[in-house]
Amino acid sequence: MSLFNIFSVAGSAMNAQSQRLNTVASNLANADSATSANGEAYKAKQVVFAAAPVGENGATGVNVAAVVEDPSPMKQVYDPKNPLADDKGYVTMPNVNVVEEMVNMISASRSYQSNVEMMNTTKTLLLKTLSLGQ
Amino acid sequence: MLNRLDDMLNFHTQALRIRDQRQQVLASNIANADTPNFKARDLDFKAALQGALQGAPAAGGTTLAATAPGHLAGQPGLAAETGLLYRTPAQGSVDGNTVDMDAERAAFAENAIHYEFNLTRINQQIKSLLAAIQG
Repeated sequence: MSLFNIFSVAGSAMNAQSQRLNTVASNLANADSATSANGEAYKAKQVVFAAAPVGENGATGVNVAAVVEDPSPMKQVYDPKNPLADDKGYVTMPNVNVVEEMVNMISASRSYQSNVEMMNTTKTLLLKTLSLGQ
Repeated sequence: MLNRLDDMLNFHTQALRIRDQRQQVLASNIANADTPNFKARDLDFKAALQGALQGAPAAGGTTLAATAPGHLAGQPGLAAETGLLYRTPAQGSVDGNTVDMDAERAAFAENAIHYEFNLTRINQQIKSLLAAIQG
């Protein structure tokens, strides 16, 4: 039964999407974190999705291949009174793009929903198959 | 007698198997809607069913050429493995992904309904067989 594989496929996709949602939450929460444990401003994180085979019937799920740091330049804010300011008065702020993160969040939650619906449909089909001939 | 019973149910059983495989392929497409460079796939239901009913591999499937009597025939793969095709994207995307979410979800729903149809037909056939047996 390939239908059983759909649970693994949808499950892996939901897992990947929730990890994406997690990074979005972390990025948004740290949008103004000018310093951190290593003394540098927070760098936005992005997940990288990769297709991964599930089972032996050619089903393809999703896994998170890597969580990478956003290479875009850090924001420089002029604030000479800030203790973190350099000798020219600029403070390095995180490179989090709030608009981009919001879009990412909506996209992740929609994809998650599609996978939930897919699982529901599959469950209905499987239950109907189980009651065959009754 | 048993052979006839088998023949009666065979068509919808084969159809159900292919619907089952197609559902899995479509699920993979929807799951990978956000994966860069993922290419959406689908199978040709008509060709796969014809192949399954004739016991031959689906169109586009591969068989080993036998040029001497000692050669093995080889095992042609399931229709879904040999007959998997790539979708032609209607609109390209920057990350190389060819999944069109609307088309995939429509196909998923359509395939689910066809699956249910085949199930219903098998159920009806079983019911009519039972009616004939019990009189």
